[in-house]
Amino acid sequence: MRIEHLKKSYGAVQAVNDLSFSIEEGSCFGLLGPNGAGKTTTIEIMEGIQEADSGTVYFKEKPIDRDFKKKVGIQFQSTALPEFITVKETLELFRALYPDPRDMDEVIDICSLQDILDRDNRKLSGGQRQRMLLGLAIIPRPEMVFLDEPTTGLDPQARRNFWKLIEKIKKEKTSVLLTTHYMEEAEILCDQIAIMDHGKLLEIDTPSQLLENHFDGALVTVPHTGRTDLGIKGAVYTETHLEVSTDNLDLTMNELLNSRLNLEGLSIKKPNLDDLFLKLTGSSLRA
Amino acid sequence: MKQFTAIVRARTMEFVRDRGTFFWNLIFPVVLVVGFSFAFGSGKDALFKVGVMGDAAEGTFLSIEAVETIDYSNQELDGLLDKLRRHQIDMLIDFNSSSYYLNTEAASAEVLRTMSGADLGQFTEQKVEGEAIRYVDWLVPGVIGMNMLFSCMFGVGFVIVRYRKNGVLKRMKATPVTPLTFITAQMASRFLIVLATSVAVYAGTNLFLNFMVNGSYLLLLLITMLAILCMISFGLIFAARIKSEELASGLMNLLTFPMIIFSGVFFSLEGTPEIMQQVSRIFPLTHFIEGARGIMIDGAGLVEILPNLTVLGGMTVLFLGIAAFLFRWE
Ligand SMILES: Nc1ncnc2c1ncn2[C@@H]1O[C@H](COP(=O)(O)OP(=O)(O)O)[C@@H](O)[C@H]1O
Ligand SMILES: [Mg+2]
Repeated sequence: MRIEHLKKSYGAVQAVNDLSFSIEEGSCFGLLGPNGAGKTTTIEIMEGIQEADSGTVYFKEKPIDRDFKKKVGIQFQSTALPEFITVKETLELFRALYPDPRDMDEVIDICSLQDILDRDNRKLSGGQRQRMLLGLAIIPRPEMVFLDEPTTGLDPQARRNFWKLIEKIKKEKTSVLLTTHYMEEAEILCDQIAIMDHGKLLEIDTPSQLLENHFDGALVTVPHTGRTDLGIKGAVYTETHLEVSTDNLDLTMNELLNSRLNLEGLSIKKPNLDDLFLKLTGSSLRA
Repeated sequence: MKQFTAIVRARTMEFVRDRGTFFWNLIFPVVLVVGFSFAFGSGKDALFKVGVMGDAAEGTFLSIEAVETIDYSNQELDGLLDKLRRHQIDMLIDFNSSSYYLNTEAASAEVLRTMSGADLGQFTEQKVEGEAIRYVDWLVPGVIGMNMLFSCMFGVGFVIVRYRKNGVLKRMKATPVTPLTFITAQMASRFLIVLATSVAVYAGTNLFLNFMVNGSYLLLLLITMLAILCMISFGLIFAARIKSEELASGLMNLLTFPMIIFSGVFFSLEGTPEIMQQVSRIFPLTHFIEGARGIMIDGAGLVEILPNLTVLGGMTVLFLGIAAFLFRWE
């Protein structure tokens, strides 16, 4: 799947601004960005739900058409379900909407829905609801699955359970496009990651390559207590902290000791995607 | 077809399981009809109403206090005889042709014959027959029509707006279902629901009120089905685009209330200003009520209610066209 020069604006807001990337068949692609970055707009244009102002979406080298809907599974960021019907009835309803639906038992099994089959849609917990929505997404035996922030708002355990379901779908060689607020999630699940902000692509690569490109060795952080002129090589000053990404830890530590900065609260760690995200977008992912 | 039946099923289950709406749709009209039948059923005035054509002689029984005379000199005999048949008047005297008319099924006929014996000795007596229409006989098509209107407008118009707002429509848009299939399935579900509730309300109240039906039940069913279709199509216009539930229900209330008042659900429009009667012609409800009353009370046949059927059919096509033109998933 591939997009080329997508643009979309809402009035004065340029939600997607000349975005291009491609997703390899059978891989899991993570689309990351702070709130309002344009993730949902991008994913909905790719699904064929929204129309782009300009640009093209290709699936298997052809622009997407009506039939595309039969081949994709979609989980929106927020969806209401028909009321007063049970999980099982909802699955049956959606199975009737597709030409060649997956077997009921298979859906139930993949998404672990055994326990909640007879429950009214309105009485599902957050995690159960997401499992059920994923169930709806995989009913058409999709070649491509779109998941827009499927784990936002779930507790850590429910989130981990959900990851297991995505792993199962990946094993079927289904391509997955996932947007998320959690770097850890992207790191674990995704083969490729794109980071976007203000409708533009900032970076795109594998998780490990991204880190390698942007960080050397270790990341040192320490509160600067207002002193922002310490002459330390490679230092970045945030509001409260001084951050140094260094491949020469000895040198950096020496510089810090010599600067007579109070080193209480100092931390040294291997940088992760959260740090990268902060560096690229200037905002924390979870904000 | 598989898509269609699945959506009809889901929507119908949603309605049946929504206890509040379900019972409201059934109980409210029953309570209304039964309540009105008690409120207006018994109080018949003690007066004898006598219609008079031509110049009445002075000093006859007509000057007795218990007799109210109404001057009908300028009216057609046929219409007046209908009034007599329906017990709206108790006697009709035509001084021009020296004849009088009595309804043999009215208890008052015998009394009036005796009372008038001395004065109208030379007159010829003519008889008509007809059961009294009670207010409920007249009211029941109105109440069922009103219930149909509410159920169609809100069950289709409001619900689809809600689906649009909460994302159910968007979820449907993400499937291979076409808007046409989705909308016709919604209509079909609502059609079955409204038809079933209308029949149930009628049958339920009929058990103890025993309505007068002079015409054909088949025709009554036909006009009911056509009216439901017409009202659902009307509701669809609101469902086509509006995103806010408040706006939708506000607009629908704004329109349903005048319709209920001006379509003559509770009170006859006879005697209201001409302009009001003209305005009422544009409401589908008016045509349903008029047609249904015609069938039940006057025993109207297909020919007599054809104008009503034609208007309902025409409006259905018009409304569907507008709705189809305006419709957007989002
Ligand atoms: N329907 C809409 N109307 C107007 N503005 C919108 C609409 N949808 C999104 N936006 C704006 O477009 C930008 C991108 O939004 P979105 O794609 O939802 O971002 P994300 O999913 O990354 O949080 C935001 O500034 C948002 O306010
Ligand atoms: Mg979003």
